[in-house]
Amino acid sequence: MINRDLVIIGGGPAGLSAAKVALDAGMNVTLIERFNQLGGQLIKQTHKFFGSKLQYAKTRGFEIAKILIDDLSTYSEDRLQILLDATCVGLYPDKVLTVYQYNKYLKYKAKSVIVATGASEKVLAFENNDLPGIYGAGAIQTIMNIYGIQPGKEVVMVGSGNIGLIVSYQLIQAGVKVKALLEASSTIGGYLVHASKLKRLGVDLLTNTTVKKALGKDQLEKIITVRLDDQWKEIPGSEKEIETDVLCISVGLSPLHQLMSMAGADMLDISELGGLVPKKTCDYETSIKNVYACGDVTGIEEASSAMVEGRICGLMAANHLGFKHPNALELENDLNNQLCVLRQGPCGEKIRCGLKKAGEINV
Amino acid sequence: MRIKEHPILNFNHQKEIHFTYNGRAMIGYEGDTIAAALYDNGIRHFSDSVLHKRPRGLYCAIGNCGSCYMQVNGNDNVKTCMTLLEENMEVISEMSENDD
Repeated sequence: MINRDLVIIGGGPAGLSAAKVALDAGMNVTLIERFNQLGGQLIKQTHKFFGSKLQYAKTRGFEIAKILIDDLSTYSEDRLQILLDATCVGLYPDKVLTVYQYNKYLKYKAKSVIVATGASEKVLAFENNDLPGIYGAGAIQTIMNIYGIQPGKEVVMVGSGNIGLIVSYQLIQAGVKVKALLEASSTIGGYLVHASKLKRLGVDLLTNTTVKKALGKDQLEKIITVRLDDQWKEIPGSEKEIETDVLCISVGLSPLHQLMSMAGADMLDISELGGLVPKKTCDYETSIKNVYACGDVTGIEEASSAMVEGRICGLMAANHLGFKHPNALELENDLNNQLCVLRQGPCGEKIRCGLKKAGEINV
Repeated sequence: MRIKEHPILNFNHQKEIHFTYNGRAMIGYEGDTIAAALYDNGIRHFSDSVLHKRPRGLYCAIGNCGSCYMQVNGNDNVKTCMTLLEENMEVISEMSENDD
């Protein structure tokens, strides 16, 4: 059994940010990451971020990952232990963790745990939706932007939220033809600036349209689309066939809540936050004492807010165990203020509504 | 197919890694996961599902979904999207008719 002040599960924007603040406060930290490098989903994001300078706006996602990782490079190995290729497969209420790495199980006992596991992509129900060639938008980004491989000859995108729009644009940058973008509702979900860019590049943006069926023997060959009326009912006779070898599903994310559920934390089902999320106090503590959660696992949002939440979480974990961050109070006020700014305006409506339902008062 | 030119990213596809897929010799590059290398070699259909024998391939590519499991160097159910390719790896489709 390895004893640590703090174990952080997840080396993405939230986990990395939490680690930095907790280390500054004097804690010793173990950071567990499932992949072979840190950065989470930032490492495949080539677009420039919105928000303010405090969350690295106008910087590309993979460059933000580098900044966050560099911020941790000054700590000695006994202060910061980074486990790569390591999956946390067990989290228990007494803050014991089981970690699987290189065919071995490691056991940790932590005084505090921060869960920053992120999210997984939602799937869409239609006939033959399991055919190879049908991928989540994140998978497309991984194949293209991490491994430098074109995911196919032609792509049809389903979903016009920001991820669907941005990934469509990234496909074109990688030399892949985007044949059409389907959106079930009557309006484009994401920012119009992204949508206009695609229109100018000649992508058909088909609203009130969804995918009815996929066809192909061992892999995708074509899809059948169908138009939807205002009640989201299929319009008979409106089916059309589109030949394509890749269908990209971008219909949102749901929190990776499994470890929280396993530990027995009180959970809430809030659709605005993406599904099951742990109930937490305004100090980001879950119903289990000294177990905290931040980032997409507590509600689907942007990496910008995940970083800020991570910093708050690191600070709270330190505070509650009596570790003193050099400017704790100032930092806490500043971070809470940053979150308010990120969540204001019409684009923050959904998350504000979700957080209100979750019982958070400072929204 | 590898991306040759990209306005933002540079890809370093230098060092070749040799492996086999169902006995066929294939080449990937250092830094590839098994799934990425297979994909680049035109393989989309990785395995068959256990009960209904439906074709399975990549779905999430980040270790969440379990759709890309294959047999690697004799070990079953390896997440090929998370496992780095190594020289002389033997990658085999998990097809249910072989399970007797």
